[in-house]
Amino acid sequence: MLSRVAETIYWLGRYMERAENSARLINVNANLLLDLPHDLTPGWQPLIAITGSEDSYRVKYPDYEEHNVVSFLVGDLSYPNSILACLNLARENARTIRDIVPREAWERVNELFLYAEENLDSGVSKRGRFAYLREIIQGSQTISGILSGTMNHDAGYEFLCIGQMLERGDMTTRIVDVRSASLLPDTASDLLPYENIQWISVLKSLTAYQMYRQKMQIRVRRADALKFLIQNEQFPRSFYFCASSVEASVGRLPRGDAVRRTLSRLKRNAKSASMPELADDNVQLHDFIDRLQIGLGRVHEAISNTYFLLPEPVLEQDGPIAAC
Amino acid sequence: MTIQWDQYQATGCYDELMQEAGKPRAVADALTRYLASLNEGELRAVQTAAELSIKEQGITFTVYSDEGGSIDRAWPLDIIPRVMARAEWNRIEAGLKQRVQALNLFIDDIYHEQKIIKDGVFPKEILANSKNFRPQCVGVSPPLRIWAHICGSDLIRGNDGTVYVLEDNLRVPSGVSYMLENRQVIKRVLPDVFENHAILPVDDYPSQLFDTLASVSPRDAEYPEVVVLTPGIYNSAYFEHAYLAQQMGCELVEGRDLVVGEDDIVYMRTVDGLARVDVIYRRIDDTFLDPETFNPESTLGVPGLMRSWIKGNVALVNAPGAGVADDKVVYAYVPEMIRYYLDEDGIIPNVPTYLCTDTKSREHVLAHLDELVVKPANESGGYGMLVGPKSTAEEREQFAERISRDPRNYIAQPTITLSTVPSVVDSHVEPRHVDMRPFILSSDGIQVTMGGLTRVAMRKGSLVVNSSQGGGSKDTWIVEQGNA
Repeated sequence: MLSRVAETIYWLGRYMERAENSARLINVNANLLLDLPHDLTPGWQPLIAITGSEDSYRVKYPDYEEHNVVSFLVGDLSYPNSILACLNLARENARTIRDIVPREAWERVNELFLYAEENLDSGVSKRGRFAYLREIIQGSQTISGILSGTMNHDAGYEFLCIGQMLERGDMTTRIVDVRSASLLPDTASDLLPYENIQWISVLKSLTAYQMYRQKMQIRVRRADALKFLIQNEQFPRSFYFCASSVEASVGRLPRGDAVRRTLSRLKRNAKSASMPELADDNVQLHDFIDRLQIGLGRVHEAISNTYFLLPEPVLEQDGPIAAC
Repeated sequence: MTIQWDQYQATGCYDELMQEAGKPRAVADALTRYLASLNEGELRAVQTAAELSIKEQGITFTVYSDEGGSIDRAWPLDIIPRVMARAEWNRIEAGLKQRVQALNLFIDDIYHEQKIIKDGVFPKEILANSKNFRPQCVGVSPPLRIWAHICGSDLIRGNDGTVYVLEDNLRVPSGVSYMLENRQVIKRVLPDVFENHAILPVDDYPSQLFDTLASVSPRDAEYPEVVVLTPGIYNSAYFEHAYLAQQMGCELVEGRDLVVGEDDIVYMRTVDGLARVDVIYRRIDDTFLDPETFNPESTLGVPGLMRSWIKGNVALVNAPGAGVADDKVVYAYVPEMIRYYLDEDGIIPNVPTYLCTDTKSREHVLAHLDELVVKPANESGGYGMLVGPKSTAEEREQFAERISRDPRNYIAQPTITLSTVPSVVDSHVEPRHVDMRPFILSSDGIQVTMGGLTRVAMRKGSLVVNSSQGGGSKDTWIVEQGNA
């Protein structure tokens, strides 16, 4: 398989996943805000922080008012991580490999972008938002399903999964990072009810709440939620699960030694950390999350060096379309 | 909309299926009777099925639009085939082989001794001003001394039934995938006609193409690495590039997928690492092939590709420089070439051509602009032409000025009214002008496609058949005698 084609599929996987994760994030934040007392609400700024887009955001908007933040994250084509931009980039990547991606999948990617574009007004409105974002999430899930069910599970498919899982692991760390930083320590007992609500919202943004209850069988507490989201081996959005999936995919590709070494180091880091300790110390937790994110970056680099050979993905009209 | 052949009028030109109203040619007798037997609903169903089939199979071509983007259009196919008798085709096939053989000898001669110039058959000045002559190719001897491995020659038929060669496309001729797909579609929608006709098959082209490509591999490997090099998805022929790569089981690569190593060998970047490439079926023009040698701005090509080719480490198909013979002025000399190299008379005639470099001819051309077709020497796709009888005085003035300024770049030909084939227009059948592009493969032998791509000018009276300018297409049947 040509490196360019592999890289294009990889970015297709990343962008689809990124669009879906952003949609989850916005939905859950909106729900959370409705549950918290007004004086405690962190508002919409955390979403800008989670997505690492502080700089591009501040250039355009003076404040973190809901409509501004949502418009930016959902429909701003000039911001490469907005849902619309991600779907567009996913579509452009899919278009260049139409002979490799099953036809139905390409059509669904195309349709999803068109839906997102046509219904943008309703998507950024308070009332239409939930349905719009749910459509994005389900559309993305459908595309994953079509690809998994109809595409040859060859090298190309592995690159799709790798892109998807790296992106997913990355988003999980971002969500944990910002939520934990914005919270008060467990000890402030009068805020306890809200603390729990916040962690429930963290879990919900990853559709993890139900699975958490099944697995952990205890009420939602910071240390346990962290343990579940970082270290659980069965929940498909936990960091450890994502890293393991990437490792398994790379194991089915040729010449994967360097990438696998980077991955085992990363998995070891994630698994050996003590969550109760980290849960008590926001600074330590933040450092830990930071290390995981740097680790994911190294995995991306190793994959790129091994398989794509091009120094960096290029943002040009007819190249594999990528923006980190 | 049942077809009533007695009301079909193809006045003033040769019709490929009908001798006169109500009287089909022998070769089209069974087909026309079959078509007339369909009732309105059946005929419409055939047409709808053909359209649907094209849409579902995603047979498209890309049109550049004024708004800057490009659009994928469904390939236009008319359901009524063009039919030709095997005996006539045999003669044409022999003529095409002869022609391509002479052209390859000519190109090889031009890049070596230039005997044809020394012997005074081909004027030196024409070569000196040739846009597609590549000095970098002088002295290079590609495998089998073949330069134009794939040639698409356009044939037209005039009023009196004579078939002419209109031009030879030796650079990157396209259209063969549509010829193959047209047959697939028509087989699907008119299966009963195939049962009653001995229609010769066309579908072994991809394997013949692969064999041609493999035969020029510099390495003696059983499975040489053959790739198709495309400019990318925005190219109008991208569908064909992807189609041929798929049919041959080859990688479809872009310039940036390839790299020339310090050993002057071409490699492609794959997830398994670098893999050596032996043969490149390139679908990009010479000047974009290698920014080190040609256009330094080109991002479509591969730096060092020419180095590798000159050293004989990789085969480029068609060879760079083959376009020197794909020039409408050089075209005028093809009959001489055939005599000079093969000592034979040309089997298929050229369209009479006035070279504007010749003072007398130029004066004639300038005086008869309203009757002639004027073409630039090196354009393709029907761009930049003047069709005299359909032109305005202002257009003629512009061309007169261009010709006087740059006579080497223009030729003129009498306006030949192309032959017609009945075509479905709205709810009935009308004559539409056609041409035909067979494809000729040259390696250790020469093979010609069975028939070719028939292109149709879908606008009434129009002679412009290019798909980029609103042309359509037809399936082309070569039928065994006696079965028609």
